[in-house]
Amino acid sequence: MAKTVDRYFGDLQQTRLWRSIFRSGPGSSTLKRALVIQQNVFLHLFSTKVRTRMLSFSATWYLGTLTLGTFLILVATGIPLMLYYHPSAPQAYADTKDLQFVVSSGMFLRNLHRWSAHAMVFLVFAHMFKVFYRGAYRPPREFNWVIGVVLLLITLLLSYTGYLLPWDQLAYWAITVGSNIASAVPVIGDKIHFLLLGGHAVNANALLRFYVLHCMILPLAAMFFVAIHFWRIRKDGGLYNHDSEPATVRAKMIGSAVKETN
Amino acid sequence: MADEKNGPLGNDLSRRQFFTKLGLGSLSIAAVGTAAFSYQYLEPNVLYEPSPVVNAGKPDRYPLDSVTLDVNNGIYIIHSAEGYFSISAVCTHLGCLTAWKQELGLIACPCHGSKFEQSGKKIEGPAPKPLPWKRVWINDDGDLLVDRSTDVPALARDSFVRV
Repeated sequence: MAKTVDRYFGDLQQTRLWRSIFRSGPGSSTLKRALVIQQNVFLHLFSTKVRTRMLSFSATWYLGTLTLGTFLILVATGIPLMLYYHPSAPQAYADTKDLQFVVSSGMFLRNLHRWSAHAMVFLVFAHMFKVFYRGAYRPPREFNWVIGVVLLLITLLLSYTGYLLPWDQLAYWAITVGSNIASAVPVIGDKIHFLLLGGHAVNANALLRFYVLHCMILPLAAMFFVAIHFWRIRKDGGLYNHDSEPATVRAKMIGSAVKETN
Repeated sequence: MADEKNGPLGNDLSRRQFFTKLGLGSLSIAAVGTAAFSYQYLEPNVLYEPSPVVNAGKPDRYPLDSVTLDVNNGIYIIHSAEGYFSISAVCTHLGCLTAWKQELGLIACPCHGSKFEQSGKKIEGPAPKPLPWKRVWINDDGDLLVDRSTDVPALARDSFVRV
């Protein structure tokens, strides 16, 4: 049975249609497998080869991948939520209640969106700690750490802007307090507060601005920086592995040389 | 024939360098202009926010020695022995709405625990400033009006209104 499936798949890979889409032909040589990664628009950001050791759970705890997973869940649940949500006051609150109690699977989608958001913030921090304690932020990977910090800020801003959208008391006061924190910036604080809310208080303008930030600007920024983040992993020599770092290798070579001379 | 590297004016700028500078200069000016336009666009010129002037109704609604919170407008109307006055009910810390605690005789903020006297003076808490006093007056119809956009000195003679 498996053999038949393999054969059909092999035949499919020979077809002109398949070749025109995926370019690389059949076969499982190292070159062919590398080409599959390199010639795919989504996968070309990644290294064409990865050490087996780096694919084990203990190497990374898959924290970065899991963060991407939660982000994809948030996109996949957020778009359907947008179909029932009007970013206007006070309609937004009624729409949120409709999503919770009237729309089929609305409660499931909304809760999935909410829990994934919490999980994403947690995973981003866990990912940062793992990278930090493994020392994987060190040169030549220091710039990817900086991009990671930008992604952390985007994640927190996504959380913050999403907080206002239900338009309930919790949202209103959380954003009132949060935006007043922005006013504490010296000199331009009040200006930032005014531009962020599109007014002097949290009202319809603020709701619309937060909606656009939450559904459009911040997700696009996140995708842009995530793409660079992944591409830099390849450019910076793959995932950090202490045993094959140049410094470790050099130390080992010196160690064995010393042993030989003795 | 002038030196190839020098321009027709005899300076050190070649034609290519001149156009590069001209192009980059134009782009810079356009970028600054775009930034200015974007900033102006993001700043609303017309705000459909409630008027800062609040009509608090007839003064005799407020009995002597009472503190009344107007939840929707974020102000207290206080009738003291010296007269009527109004202070902001918005905490000076992070903008939460405070509440008058009759049993304790003070104003308290539910968010981070700031406490104020009836006169707006800070007792304790993270709030950096006292609650500001607002301008009050009686209009021709005999209604008590409060201008939330105008702060007046606390406890000053003119900051009270007497009926």
